[in-house]
Amino acid sequence: MNESPQIAISRGELARQLSDLLGPSNVIEDRETQKPFECDGLSMYSEMPLLVVLPETVAQVQQIMKRCHQYSIPVVARGGGTGLCAGAMPCADGVLLSLAKFNKILAIDPLARTATLQPGVRNLAISEAAQHHGLYYAPDPSSQIACTIGGNIAENSGGVHCLKYGLTVHNVLKLQMIGVDGELISVGSEGLDSAGYDLLALLTGSEGLLGVITEVTVKLLPVPEVAQVVMAAFDSVQKAGDAVAAIISQGIIPAGLEMMDSHAIIAAEGFANAGYPLEAKALLLCEVDGTREEVSEHIEQVDQLFQSLGAISTRVSRDEAERALLWKGRKSAFPAVGRISPDYYCMDGTIPRGQLSYVLETMDAMSLHYGLRVANVFHAGDGNLHPLILFDANVPGEFTRAEEFGAAILALCVEVGGCITGEHGVGIEKIRQMPLQFSDSEIGQFHRIKAAFDPRGTLNPGKGIPLLKRCQEYRAMAPPREILAAGGEQAHE
Amino acid sequence: MSDISLELMERVDQARQLGQKLVIRGGGSKAFMGREAGGELLDVSAHSGIVSYQPVELVMTARGGTTLQEIAATLAQQGQVLACEAPTFDGMASIAGTLACNLSGPARPWAGSLRDAVLGIKLINGEGQQLNFGGQVMKNVAGYDVSRMQAGGMGTLGVITEVSFKVMPRPATTLSLVAEMSAAQAIETMNQLAATAKPLTGACWLAGKLYLRLAGAASAVEGTARQWPGQVMEDGDDFWRALQEQQLGFFNGDAPLWRFSIRPTASHFLSEAPWLIDWGGAQRWLRGEHESADLERKAEHSGGQVALYRGGNRCGEVFHSQPAAVKILQQRLKASLDPQGIFNPGRLYSWL
Repeated sequence: MNESPQIAISRGELARQLSDLLGPSNVIEDRETQKPFECDGLSMYSEMPLLVVLPETVAQVQQIMKRCHQYSIPVVARGGGTGLCAGAMPCADGVLLSLAKFNKILAIDPLARTATLQPGVRNLAISEAAQHHGLYYAPDPSSQIACTIGGNIAENSGGVHCLKYGLTVHNVLKLQMIGVDGELISVGSEGLDSAGYDLLALLTGSEGLLGVITEVTVKLLPVPEVAQVVMAAFDSVQKAGDAVAAIISQGIIPAGLEMMDSHAIIAAEGFANAGYPLEAKALLLCEVDGTREEVSEHIEQVDQLFQSLGAISTRVSRDEAERALLWKGRKSAFPAVGRISPDYYCMDGTIPRGQLSYVLETMDAMSLHYGLRVANVFHAGDGNLHPLILFDANVPGEFTRAEEFGAAILALCVEVGGCITGEHGVGIEKIRQMPLQFSDSEIGQFHRIKAAFDPRGTLNPGKGIPLLKRCQEYRAMAPPREILAAGGEQAHE
Repeated sequence: MSDISLELMERVDQARQLGQKLVIRGGGSKAFMGREAGGELLDVSAHSGIVSYQPVELVMTARGGTTLQEIAATLAQQGQVLACEAPTFDGMASIAGTLACNLSGPARPWAGSLRDAVLGIKLINGEGQQLNFGGQVMKNVAGYDVSRMQAGGMGTLGVITEVSFKVMPRPATTLSLVAEMSAAQAIETMNQLAATAKPLTGACWLAGKLYLRLAGAASAVEGTARQWPGQVMEDGDDFWRALQEQQLGFFNGDAPLWRFSIRPTASHFLSEAPWLIDWGGAQRWLRGEHESADLERKAEHSGGQVALYRGGNRCGEVFHSQPAAVKILQQRLKASLDPQGIFNPGRLYSWL
């Protein structure tokens, strides 16, 4: 099902046919203008497509899909291009289908608390449009200014509020999708469930391998009356990790619970001047939202808990400006790290929270082994770890070492009972790690599911699910156990 | 309290070789749901027991046949709950059966369904392979979400042998309010209140009364109750428990029971008929003899679907009809996991 498709049409002829369908201005043939589409947010991986198309209507998308299906031409859908797994990287012999022109909010129903959107609507634009109804869209990936809802569906995007408000899959009600053959289907409903297999769940996070999303209905939530954040500094990662466990044990579900290690604290403070204590080994930001009464009750509890668990300092936001300032450092952690290193490579494993100390210690040892620094930001609430490996692409061999280091981190995440990607997706980037998390039978099952939607394998080929014949080879490439064990003797359950 | 997965895999493999069909049965508490399916009984109730539970991780893993009752009792010791409030049906309902039937209780619009809480599963497919999907962590986007896809599948994709799911702290306080109100007015009120940032976790209308439940920190619950319509109920928790277990008087009797899953704001219809409106308007129960085609039109007009939940003719279709293109996709998906059509043939649709 994944054999290379035979193209029976020339590039020029395909461009002419698609220009007839879309108008010449919506088909990009010249290499110069195609250049911005050669990669997504993970620019280490890039490829020039055969053609770029920018349809304006659902009917045009259907026509493009039908035409490409006719000639078995690969199609890669693209939203905001902010993805971090090369999931939207073009296919050299395929069409890059940009949904940038589908940027309209079709309807907001304030009483039913839903928004119906074209797929190219930016994540943040949903909340901005819903704001005057006192509503917002909960999932907030850090790229929310630029990433689109269609891309969020493809990747099942998360954000810093997942523990309390869920991922994209928990906040979508209905999708309109065009299949590989151009057939339009509707999945989900305006109710909370639908009969039959949960295609809404299957399509969310399917990385553009099963269809092209052309319309999305999401849930909106009431904007909480108030949100407040407690910042707490600790002199060890272990203590900060224990503090996270203690909050959960108290029955408090924070709206956001983020941890940074000392490298990330120093970088973020240098960038944002948020007043982070530079001597801390770990910093926690714990946000609580809800009614005024509930927030004031919980914030006091959290603050006291941090102090009793040995925080070297705590700070509670007094107003919105201070809350924004405390978050600013965390939200700009990636670009901040970009200032202390020419390049960085962001990983995305998820681990059981209890394994955090072990994982960070092991990562320190790996950092020595690979001769590269690593800074860590951690969605402590939901166990999603973002190690940022610092390297210099101009130094020969450093990127390869960074990739190897990254692969070792993902293997470590799987080893402690976690997974290789929490929210960024597999794409091309993590395809070699898939066989660490899944057996050949499981990967074979994924291929059969893919074939149910796309028998010829022309939708976003080469992404997400590795070819079975490569799995053994990928497993053999996994980092040796002595590197994984480098963290020392501390046992993990 | 044992692991019989090897036995189950062998049985599936045997069925595959002999060309048999298997009817999967856990606690048998939802035998009334779906269509009548024919085949040899595959009893999975002995495949039970909690495999792991880490209260601070908010994650539990249990074998498919584990009862919700056992799960709830274990969680209660740590002050935690399965937030979706699925019916336990006299203690018989199993975790895998609840996922396959996609049943949730009154808190569902606010706390999510079991499908929402699911993090991973083990599933025996039609080839007799036991496969792992998802995991035991909150965020996991590697591979397709085969775990949540099971919700509503009525066990037609395979034998769910293990489920990992997110659990939540039990709310510190709950408080219930009741107010006299017409159905139409209640639908409007429930949606208006749900659009405010208050700790609402239940909104139901039955027999001229609107019932509301608040849950969370005591100060927030009491503060909200003072501003909202209705009288505080003395026995509020009992009402919601009976609603969750489908034990209110409304659920008694043999008349067909229809379940609508629709836009919560949809206008009230068939207003002379007996109704129970739950989930803030998004789930509506109707009693009585009706033409299913007529109800499907009404459901679609209201942005959703209808199913013949209990009673009536269980040999005809009982779930909302599917458009041709979706029907084909569902058939192909079924074939991708269960190529010989071994599991629960016809239980979900005659054509699956």
